[in-house]
This record gives sequence, structure tokens and C-alpha cells, in this order.
Amino acid sequence: MVQIIEVKNLTKKFRDFAAVDNISFEVKTGEIFAFLGPNGAGKSTTIKMLTTLLTPSSGIIKINGFDPVHNQDSVRKSFGIVFQDPSLDDELTAYENMDFHGVLYNVEKTLKIKRIKELLNIVDLWDRKDNLVKAFSGGMKRRLEIARGFLHHPKIFFLDEPTLGLDPQTRNQMWNYVSALNKKENITVFFTTHYMEEAEKIAQKIAVIDHGKIIIQGTVEELKKSTKTNSLEEAFLVLTGKKIRDEEANPMEHLRMRRKMWRH
Amino acid sequence: MIGSLGQPILFLVALGFGFGPIFKRAGAGNYMNFLAPGVIAQGIIFTAIFSGIELIWDRQFGFLKETLVAPVSRLNIMIGRTLGGTTIATLQGIIIFFLTLLVGFRPVNLLMLPFALIVMFLTALLFTALGTAIASTMDDFHGFQMIMNFLIMPLFFLSGALFPLNDLPGIINVLSRINPLSYGVDGLRATLINASHFGLTTDFFVLTGVSIIFLSIGSYLFSKIQV
Repeated sequence: MVQIIEVKNLTKKFRDFAAVDNISFEVKTGEIFAFLGPNGAGKSTTIKMLTTLLTPSSGIIKINGFDPVHNQDSVRKSFGIVFQDPSLDDELTAYENMDFHGVLYNVEKTLKIKRIKELLNIVDLWDRKDNLVKAFSGGMKRRLEIARGFLHHPKIFFLDEPTLGLDPQTRNQMWNYVSALNKKENITVFFTTHYMEEAEKIAQKIAVIDHGKIIIQGTVEELKKSTKTNSLEEAFLVLTGKKIRDEEANPMEHLRMRRKMWRH
Repeated sequence: MIGSLGQPILFLVALGFGFGPIFKRAGAGNYMNFLAPGVIAQGIIFTAIFSGIELIWDRQFGFLKETLVAPVSRLNIMIGRTLGGTTIATLQGIIIFFLTLLVGFRPVNLLMLPFALIVMFLTALLFTALGTAIASTMDDFHGFQMIMNFLIMPLFFLSGALFPLNDLPGIINVLSRINPLSYGVDGLRATLINASHFGLTTDFFVLTGVSIIFLSIGSYLFSKIQV
């Protein structure tokens, strides 16, 4: 199969508002694909629909040949994911988090043990495998989540703003792990980010979404050429305008704050 | 942990010792013995509903999100989560039981303790399932105060945890009879101090029946969760 992700005329409406408005794109197997856009453009909504968390209003999605609405489990087995907010169990150790993931995805036991060791070594966490996750820094948690997402040999790896709030060293290192695993296992990577230099460096293909519509897609070179600019950042600003998106403080932000207060 | 025990201790000490003399003068016996099962039930319902409600952020930020994209049925996740919350709430009830012993509560028949434990478990299960069902329909915590003031508090105050259910005025009588917590409190009284309003069998069937209903509704709503 050449196209591992196929999206046709995908739309998601919340009441009258179209968060994602009739978008179509394809991602080739083994490709690193960046999905860029300003705040509120529809990136996260799209990822949620691709990963079975949200049902589309209309349109067709094929993930590894399966439809996320009717073939949820086949789709879920096909991908690994790193969410914007950490989704580890803080009260378990790094190893236990990996192990539990293996149980959820029904990974065979000897394979699981071998794979956990291999992946924790790749993200440099093998020495810390017996430490509780709540003692980990933001960067370490991210690395563990990457290792976890690769555990069940997914065909596609989704990352939703994985580098938000990480320092440049950690970000750089994180992308090294991801591209190494992409090469080693030919896993397709689909990610969103606000850091244009990251996308410029690592992505083979880019789609830019704004106001729910894909406004351009192609390689970095093609984007620069069509906007007559020298960097992806400039190209992005030409494409999406320089106006700052003042997103209304949404319930999610309140919730995120509240949770922080509750936990500390 | 300490924080969640504060409220039951306050109820025990302030109400238990405060109303004790009046209760005795009214010829109703030892108020501490009457109150203790009510406070145990209160500890359970608070912990149970909150662990259900925590679903609101768990599905957004927590570990739950990892399970929602895993190839596992939503029903299994919901049941696992509910049993986890139930266990914690039951343990909370057991801890409060030991605290009540410190302020002078004495169960009548120690052989009935295992049955008291079953009542605690059923009460915990019922209200964890209720919390989960409510949380499945909520997007944020704006409704939280509503739940606290218009659900948890009335459930507690109208359950007979603090006063006997005999000879109540009409509307209060009706409300306390349709309140599932009344049957939890009553079941604890039946097993711990051998005094029951509805009868232990009735308590048991009502708790089990309502638990099954709430679990079914909760499972349905949980399976429909979109993040």
C-alpha cells in the first residue's frame, strides 16, 4: 500500500461552525508529514478524527486501509500516538507504563520484554525504568511516551504538538529519536507543531491548514517557491497572514489550569 | 487522604457529641451509634462520586486518554475504572468505620461485619457509576457546583444519615424513599447496630438494582464519549 493515510472531503461541524471544512490529503507510507496551522485552525480536530476519538460529520478517512468510524479496533492497532498533554500513569514506573501498554495492545510476552528494553534504550530511559513517572521531567515524560507509542509496532505515529514547552535540547533530541525510528522501522510520522524550523528540518511533506481548510500542501521547497520566501516560517506567515489569532479562552484551558491547581 | 477524612470526623465530633444529649432526652438512645453508619455512608458517597467525576479531566489529560485510543472495548475500560473507584470508596468507608470506634461507636454484632462490607461495596459501586455517568455528559467543571449543591448534599441530608426516617413530613418522606443512599445507610444500620427501617433484604435489592441501572446508563454514555 502506497498511501497509508487517505482523507477525502473530511468535514467536522460543531453546531454551525465548521472546525474542519472539506479537507483532502494523502500521506505515503514511511513519509514524515507535518500538519501546520495557527491556533484554532483545525489541526487537533483532524488528528482526533484520524485516531477514532471524534466522529466526522462527513467525508472519508482510511488509516492503513481501515475506516476509523466502523473499524475502530483495526485503526487503533495501526497507530501510536503522543498527545499534547501527557497521558502516562504518574503512579507507575516507566517500565510499568510500557508494560501496561503492551497488555492493552496484546503484544506477545517475550516480544514485549525485548521491545521495551530496546525502546527504553533508544530514548535513554533504561536506567530510569524503575523510577516513578511522577518524578520525571517534562522531557523525560515525552521520551517515555514516544517509546510507549512505538511499542506495538504501529504503522503510523501521530504526534500532536509534542514539543510544546520543551527546551531546544530536548526538542532536538526528541526529533532524533522519532526520525531514527521512522527510518529503522519505516513508520509513517504525522505531526503538528508551532515550531516552523522543526517542520522545515524533519518533514518531507507539509500541509498548511487555516480556518478549517487546507490552503497548500507540498514539500518545503514547493511551499517556499510558491510563496517566494526563503524559509518555512516566512512562507507560513505569507500563507496564513500576520494577524494574531486571539482564541477565546476555551473550556480546555480552564480545565488544564484547574487540574494543575487541584494536583498541587 | 487526611483531607477527605476531615469532613466525616467533623460530622462525628460536632453532630455526634452535639446532638447526643438531645437524642437521649428524646428517648431515642445513643446518637453516636445512630450517626456512625450515616457518616460511613457519607464518606463513601463523596469519594465514590468524586472518583467518577474525575473522568472529566482524566479523559482530557490523564492516563484514560491512552486507553481510549487502545484497541480495548469502552465497556471494559468503564467497568475497570468503576471498580477501581469503588474499591477506593469502600476502603474509605472501612477507615471511617475504624475512626468511629475511636469516638465510642460499638457495632452490636461482629459476625455481621462482612455483610456491612457488602453494603459498603454496593453503595460505593452505585455512586461511582452515577459519578461516571454524570461526568460522561459534562465537558468541563462548570456544572461541578451544581452537582455538589443539588445532588451530593441533598442525597446525603435526605438519606436518614443524620435523623431517623420515622414519622417524617410527606415530601421529605417521599424524597428519602427515592434516595438510593437511604438504603445504603439503612443497610449499614441493619448490619452494624441491628436497627433497620426498610429491612436488610430490601436494602440489598434496591442497592443492587440501582447499581445495575446506573452501570448500564454509565456504560452507554461512556461509550459515546468523544474527546
